Amino acid sequence: MGLTKSFMMALSSIINNKVRSLLTMLGIIIGIASVIILVSLMNGLTSEITSIFDDFGTTSLTTTITPRSTKELKPEELYDFVEQNPGLYANVSPSVSVSGEVKTPDSGDDTITSSATGVSEGYYDIKRVEMSFGRFISYADCENKSKVAVIGSYEATYFFGLSSKAVDETIRINGTPYTVIGVMEEKEDSTEGSSDDAIYIPYTTALQATGTNIISTYVVDAAADEVVDEAKEALENFLLGVIGDSDYYNVSSMKAIIDEMLEMLDTMELMLVAIAGISLLVGGIGIMNIMLVSVSERTREIGIRKSLGAKHKHIMTQFVMESGTVSCIGGVIGIVLGSSMAYVAGKLLGMEVAPSTGAIVVAFCVSVGIGIIFGFLPARKAAKLNPIDALRSD
Amino acid sequence: MPHLVELKDIYKIYHMGDSDVHALDGISLTIDKGEFVAIVGSSGSGKSTCMNIIGCLDVPTSGTYKLNGKDITNYTDNELAEVRNKMLGFIFQQYNLIPKLTVIENVQLPLLYGGVSDREQRQRAMAALRRVGLESKAKNLPAQLSGGQQQRVSIARALAGDPSVILADEPTGALDSKTGREVMRFLQQLNREGNTIILITHDNSIAARASRIVRVTDGKIVYDGPVEGDKNVALQAAAGRDEEG
Repeated sequence: MGLTKSFMMALSSIINNKVRSLLTMLGIIIGIASVIILVSLMNGLTSEITSIFDDFGTTSLTTTITPRSTKELKPEELYDFVEQNPGLYANVSPSVSVSGEVKTPDSGDDTITSSATGVSEGYYDIKRVEMSFGRFISYADCENKSKVAVIGSYEATYFFGLSSKAVDETIRINGTPYTVIGVMEEKEDSTEGSSDDAIYIPYTTALQATGTNIISTYVVDAAADEVVDEAKEALENFLLGVIGDSDYYNVSSMKAIIDEMLEMLDTMELMLVAIAGISLLVGGIGIMNIMLVSVSERTREIGIRKSLGAKHKHIMTQFVMESGTVSCIGGVIGIVLGSSMAYVAGKLLGMEVAPSTGAIVVAFCVSVGIGIIFGFLPARKAAKLNPIDALRSD
Repeated sequence: MPHLVELKDIYKIYHMGDSDVHALDGISLTIDKGEFVAIVGSSGSGKSTCMNIIGCLDVPTSGTYKLNGKDITNYTDNELAEVRNKMLGFIFQQYNLIPKLTVIENVQLPLLYGGVSDREQRQRAMAALRRVGLESKAKNLPAQLSGGQQQRVSIARALAGDPSVILADEPTGALDSKTGREVMRFLQQLNREGNTIILITHDNSIAARASRIVRVTDGKIVYDGPVEGDKNVALQAAAGRDEEG
C-alpha cells in the first residue's frame, strides 16, 4: 500500500470529520502562527535596530578619557597615531559636548534645550553625515575657532520653518551667536530627541564655550568592519602607553554594542519562541487526545481491517498518516495566518516585518513532526489491538 | 495431497480468576478442498472459538493447526495477517463493512492489504461485485443498501481476494428468512463452483444446507459426518426440502 494511497485515506477521513479535525488543528494553528508572528516581529526589530546603528557608523570607536593632571593625551598624539596606521583607522574627531539653551535672536523666550557637539571635519565621514543644505564644519573652522553651527532638521524647522531657510541665519547657544552654515538631511521625523535633533560646532569653539582645554571624548573610525576589533585593541594599547592606567580610559566600539544588542534580541527571540513552543506542545497533546478517541471509536473498523489482512504497519501508517496530515494542514494554516498577521502588525508598527524562509520551513517541519510523534502512541495502540476483541466491540 | 485445514488436539483455555475455562477441549478436525462444512453448536459451545482459530484471528493454547499443509501454530501476528489476507475470506453476521467507505472500496480492502496494484484492485473488486450482482451499487455507501445487499457485498469482499477457504460466521443471523435463504443458496452455488466453505451457525435449518456437519458441544466435537447422520439437522433438512419442493 503506497504512501499516496494512505495520504488520500487520511485526507478523506479528515474531510469526513471536518469540525473535529479543525478543532484538533486549532492548537497547532495557534502555536505555529504565534511562532511565525514572533519570529517575524523579532526579525523586523533586529533589522530596524541594525539600520539605526548603521546610521551612526558601525566602524566608529568611542574613546572616553577621564582627565587627570599627571598624564593626558594630547590631540596631536592621537591624530599622529591614527595617521600612522592607515590600515586600521580611517579618521578621528574629538567630541566635545556643550549643553544648553538654544534660541535665535528673534525667538525671544522660545528656546529649546539641546546639546551641541564640538567636532572636527573628520566627523562628517565617521558618522556619514548627509547635508541637505550648506556645508559641514571644515578644518579652517576648527583652526579659526569659528562661531558656526551645523544643525539638524528638527532645529531648522523649529526655528526657521523650512530647512532651506536656515542657512546663514543665526542661532544662539547659551547666548553665544553662531552662524548656521549647513542643515543635515532628515533621517527620522524631525522631532525632539530624534537623530534629527543635533547641533555640531567646531570642537575648538566648543572647548572655548565650556571653558576647558581637555578633550575627554574622541570618535575614531576604523578603516573597515573587519578590522574593528583589531583597531580597538591597538587603540587600547596605544592609550595604555600614553596614559599608563587602564582605569582612566575606555574604548567602546559601536560594533560591540550592536553585537551585544543583537545577541540580546536573539536570546529574547529564543525565549519568546520557547513560550510559543509550549502552545505547540499543547497542540500536539490535543492531537494525541483526539487520535486516542478516534482509535477507540474505530476499534471495530480496525478489527475489520485486521481480519482482512491488514498488518501492524498498515494500521500504524493509517493513523500516523492521519495525525501527521491533520497537523501538517494545521501548520500550513498557521503559517499563512501568522505571516499575514505579522504583515498587518508590521504595517501598524511601521516596520519591515517578514517571516524568514527558514522560520517557515522549520515551522512546517515542526508541525509535521508533532503530528507524527503525537500520533505514534495512538497508532501503536490501534495496531496492537487484538482482531477478535476489536471485531466484537461496537 | 495435504488437507486444506487440519486441526490436531486444539485446546483453547481461558483463565477466569481461579478457574480455567476450556473453550476448546481437544478438537481434531480435517477439512479438504471443495467441502461445505457446517460447524454447529449452541452459544457457548466453542464453535466461535473454533472459527476464530481456523480464521487465524486467534491462536490456540495448545495443539497444532496446519493450513494447506503449513503449520501456522507459531506464526507471528503479521504472518497470520498475511495468511488471513491470502487464504481466508470472512463473511460475518454483522457484514462488517466499513461505513464510510463505498461498496467497491470495501471490496478492495483485502486486495489493498495484499499489495495488489490500484488497477487490478478495481478490476477484481468489480468482478467480485458482478458475481454477487451488485456492480451497479459500487459507488454507494453500505448504509444505502439493504441488509441482504450488504451481506452480498461482504461475500464479494470475501471472494475478491480469491481465498482458499471462505469462513461464514452466522451469515444469515441478521437477515430475514427469505433473504437468508437467498444468501445460503448463493453460498451453495459458490461451493458447487469449487470453493471450500466453512459455515458456523447455531441454526440447524441453515446447517442443513451444508454437506457435512461438525457438531460442537462444550468444546468437544460430538458429531462429524454427513447431514443425514445428525438427527436435528436431518430433520430440518427434510423440512427444508418439503418447504422448497
